[in-house]
Amino acid sequence: MTYVTLSITLIFVVIPLVLSRTLRLGLEKDTIIATIRSIIQLLAVGYVLKFVFDSENPLYIFLMVALMIVAATQNARTKGKAIKGITWKIAVTLIFVEVLTQSIMLGFNIIPATAQYIISTSGMVIGNSMVLSILFLNRFTAEVESHDDETELILSLGGTPKQAINRQLINAIKASMIPTIESQKTMGLVQLPGIMSGQIIAGADPVQAVQYQLLIIFLLLTTASVTSILLGFLSYPSLFNQRMQLLRK
Amino acid sequence: MDKIYEPALHFREVDYSVGDIHILKKITGSFPKGKITTLVGPSGAGKTTLLKLCNGLISPTSGDIFIHKKPIESFDPIELRRFVGIALQSAPMITGTVFQNLSLPLELRGEKLSEEDAIRFLEDVGLEDKFLHWKTDDLSGGQRQKVSIARTLINRSEILLLDEITSALDRTSLHEIEELITKINQKYGVTIIWITHNLDQALSIGDYTWVMMGGKVIETGESELLKSPKNELVRQFVQGDLS
Ligand SMILES: Nc1ncnc2c1ncn2[C@@H]1O[C@H](COP(=O)(O)OP(=O)(O)OP(=O)(O)O)[C@@H](O)[C@H]1O
Ligand SMILES: [Mg+2]
Repeated sequence: MTYVTLSITLIFVVIPLVLSRTLRLGLEKDTIIATIRSIIQLLAVGYVLKFVFDSENPLYIFLMVALMIVAATQNARTKGKAIKGITWKIAVTLIFVEVLTQSIMLGFNIIPATAQYIISTSGMVIGNSMVLSILFLNRFTAEVESHDDETELILSLGGTPKQAINRQLINAIKASMIPTIESQKTMGLVQLPGIMSGQIIAGADPVQAVQYQLLIIFLLLTTASVTSILLGFLSYPSLFNQRMQLLRK
Repeated sequence: MDKIYEPALHFREVDYSVGDIHILKKITGSFPKGKITTLVGPSGAGKTTLLKLCNGLISPTSGDIFIHKKPIESFDPIELRRFVGIALQSAPMITGTVFQNLSLPLELRGEKLSEEDAIRFLEDVGLEDKFLHWKTDDLSGGQRQKVSIARTLINRSEILLLDEITSALDRTSLHEIEELITKINQKYGVTIIWITHNLDQALSIGDYTWVMMGGKVIETGESELLKSPKNELVRQFVQGDLS
């Protein structure tokens, strides 16, 4: 694609702008900001990646992954302000998921140990782990608030904090994982996943593209379940104090 | 209160605040062992807050609470809450059936409640056995309160805290529950602290009564004596001029 054709793709930005204007949706400003941000961020990433791939220096791979984790943590932590120490809890979760998935993929030689593969799979794992953290935290804080009477009841009968919060914890873990599982059911039928589309457009063999896509689907299942469960178990104890009392707000 | 008794619970200069809100102010007093103490006072007086302090659902901001002469902090929170049982004001239920709710106290310690035992507890609070497998969402307010009382009794606590457990009951049920609690008190020597809005009930069923207002205890004494109170505020409250 030349930069001229790339500029023509801006038509796809103009359409929502016009629609937003005529129907007074008030989304023009956000759309423009989103467009500009994505242009700048993606171009920057493109050049950085080119540099990292060319240099093949493991230190740069490490720095890239670390940067992704920091950015993802920053993004997700705003959803869990009610939970003490949420920043490091999210960071630990993201690091754990990343180390786990990369160890399996590299350990079994599923992907070659090159910057190209490590960084793109890490991007997907960390990005999804971040979204899952946000989904989990949103749901968990809402569940905790709306069922605080049940929590108090169980504590009052001599239950542990874990027992008192178990239902909310399980509900939030399940609810946050459902979108991942559901979207994978229709994968290939309704939607051609992004990476696969990208690879096919770039001229890769469709069967090869499918194989990588399957890897990613499986990878994201692990990412989703490990993220929600680990973050859940790290988070709930901060809702209680030493005397096993529920802390409010 | 000239008679000598052994306190089951003792409060010494207990304060409780949430942020800037000063809810309980310098509460001092005892709840005699094996007796029924009723707690009355207008809405927002701090009665529920005081009760929650007694089984460690909350802790004092300052001051001390003793249970059988030992500081409350020296008890393990779980042991404490089984030893000092509470029936909460809102009669909260876990989603599910009456049986699941009755099983809860035992389930929490990894034990099971048999259906026969569950039915016996239901009978104690005046509910027929057909309710055992009802969803709690389908119960009336009064029936929920009865289930909540039965559930609290399952832990066989030595001290029982009851928060407005008869507010949704009809007269007949009310008397049944009063009889049940009196029986538990007399037969097993269980110490009872009972919050009620119903002043007649408080004075008739209680051995002792505390009157609370604005986060303070303004009068305590034998329930009998409070029928003709000396304190002006208490007199107004008893006569129904305050509430
Ligand atoms: N967690 C809390 N945060 C802020 N205020 C609280 C909290 N808990 C209780 N309060 C306030 O403390 C006061 C006493 O509450 P409490 O529930 O103890 O009253 P009560 O005597 O039980 O009233 P009622 O008869 O209506 O049940 C009320 O004004 C209440 O709004
Ligand atoms: Mg109350």
